[in-house]
Amino acid sequence: MNRRPLFLIGMLCFGFAFFYIPILSMILFSFNDSRLATVWGGFSTKWYAELFRNDKVIEAALLSLRIALISATFATILGTMTGIAMARFRRFKGRTLLSGLVTAPLVMPEVITGIASLMLFILMAQWLGWPAQRGFTTITLAHITFSMVFVTTVVHSRMIQADVSIEEAAVDLGSKPWQVLRDITLPVISPAIFSGWLLAFTISIDDVVISNFVTGPGNTTLPILIWSKVKLGVTPDINALATITVVIVGIGVIIAGTLLQRAEKRRLRDERMAYRDNL
Amino acid sequence: MTARLSDWFNKRGWAALIIWLPYIWLVVFFLIPFVIVLGMSFATRTSTAPPFGFGGEDPILNLESYQRLFSDTLYIRAYLTSVGNAVVATVFCLLIGYPMALGLTRVSSTWRTILLMLVILPFWTSFLLRVYAWMGLMGTNSWFNRLLTDIWNALTPEAWEIAHVTMMNTNFAVVLVMVYSYLPFMILPLYANLERLDPALDEAAMDLGSRPLRVFWDVTLPQSIPGIIAGGMLVFIPACGELIIPSLVGDASSPMIGRVISDEFTSSRDWPMASAVAVALLVLLVVPLMVYSYFESRANAVKATKGAP
Repeated sequence: MNRRPLFLIGMLCFGFAFFYIPILSMILFSFNDSRLATVWGGFSTKWYAELFRNDKVIEAALLSLRIALISATFATILGTMTGIAMARFRRFKGRTLLSGLVTAPLVMPEVITGIASLMLFILMAQWLGWPAQRGFTTITLAHITFSMVFVTTVVHSRMIQADVSIEEAAVDLGSKPWQVLRDITLPVISPAIFSGWLLAFTISIDDVVISNFVTGPGNTTLPILIWSKVKLGVTPDINALATITVVIVGIGVIIAGTLLQRAEKRRLRDERMAYRDNL
Repeated sequence: MTARLSDWFNKRGWAALIIWLPYIWLVVFFLIPFVIVLGMSFATRTSTAPPFGFGGEDPILNLESYQRLFSDTLYIRAYLTSVGNAVVATVFCLLIGYPMALGLTRVSSTWRTILLMLVILPFWTSFLLRVYAWMGLMGTNSWFNRLLTDIWNALTPEAWEIAHVTMMNTNFAVVLVMVYSYLPFMILPLYANLERLDPALDEAAMDLGSRPLRVFWDVTLPQSIPGIIAGGMLVFIPACGELIIPSLVGDASSPMIGRVISDEFTSSRDWPMASAVAVALLVLLVVPLMVYSYFESRANAVKATKGAP
């Protein structure tokens, strides 16, 4: 193929322009002096100042952060367990159902998960008396449930690529199960666990549909707050908020990506050295 | 091989913990809610709290909500709008995403790393804010709208002159924002598929005198069908049930099915009807889901055999 694929390069340029022009435009207009969010009226950072003075926004952001940290951690624990179970235990009762339960939330329309979870919580409150109020607890429970399967997917695909014989060698040499888990399985899948946690965290902090259904009065997460404001139209302070989010996420993803890539390189190098030493 | 390992795990009861803790969690918080939805779709709406009851002439299998699904044209129209928008969005994602994915396999590896990162990056930023970014562009006063208006007025005869392009609150806006939001879902599986293809096949076809377009049509395209199906399903399935996009930029007079479910549930407080619409949406999605999981399990099987030493 020595002909330059001009058409493909052109489509790449078009595609990336399509991806990034709306975001760049949004960032630009967050520095707009005018109250009209789409007409340029000079440079200003006043919307950022206003944002930081807005207690509601700060409060909602902290609630979202708390929910995301807790739900991502639990989702990672449960999701990793499921990933290990699916990859290492080939036969157990109800395996087919479990694999269905792990795939279904990935593709389930959010609006259905939302009303289903809300009905569950309302009926539980009526029959069991718990959760008495909807808010932090119900949002966290719902987030754990639908983000753990993403962790499972990431961990599972790492585990089926990993070499089982190392674990088996450890068993043959007399290791206890927790030793195998701690010394071999977990280190091998740790990059997957880390990216699973990151995925669960962003899914939680980004969720609006399910949170909006299962929350109660007074418990507003940041996406719910943005959702209720955006429904009324484009405003400059949301532009500022969006810019902050995009910048934080962008930096976070680049750092995480670099760290993961470095860990992967180190692992490959270690593996190569191990093979060479054994030859 | 693996059986030995799992037997040994089993003896110590570790397997039971690792399997059953998340299992029970998923049953309680995911499976049971869906059983509730299914049961609710056969209930009758009441004015009590919670607003449902089982009773009337046929307490066990009350099909009232399902009958309304077919008698009231609102629901059928909502289905058609959803499927129509989802199909158009999927086709455009394919038309834009395929050349992009193919382009990614043809650039140098440094560029490839950077560009892949740029494809994934929007994935991690808030979905809601990406929709919002387009609301800013599509409004009648925005620079983008004025640019489109000026281009249109420059190219067409004066009699066709327009003051602005109406984009917000139309099905066009819904499709545009869906293409924008779901494009990475199309590019990534396609790229993964195209990257694995053997370039020697392309070269062989070229050496035998085929033109590039012919090579693409006869060699590359047939081999990338699993990627097209995976990407297509990943776009089509969430697009069908989409709620945020049609609520923010869509036409309220022709709602999509996700919005109908949400409105029935919250505004009308009609839980049985909302559940029946939800069940019907799931039935609609079963076929594409089965196609997708068939290809997915095949891809996993390939990965598993490749992972084995």
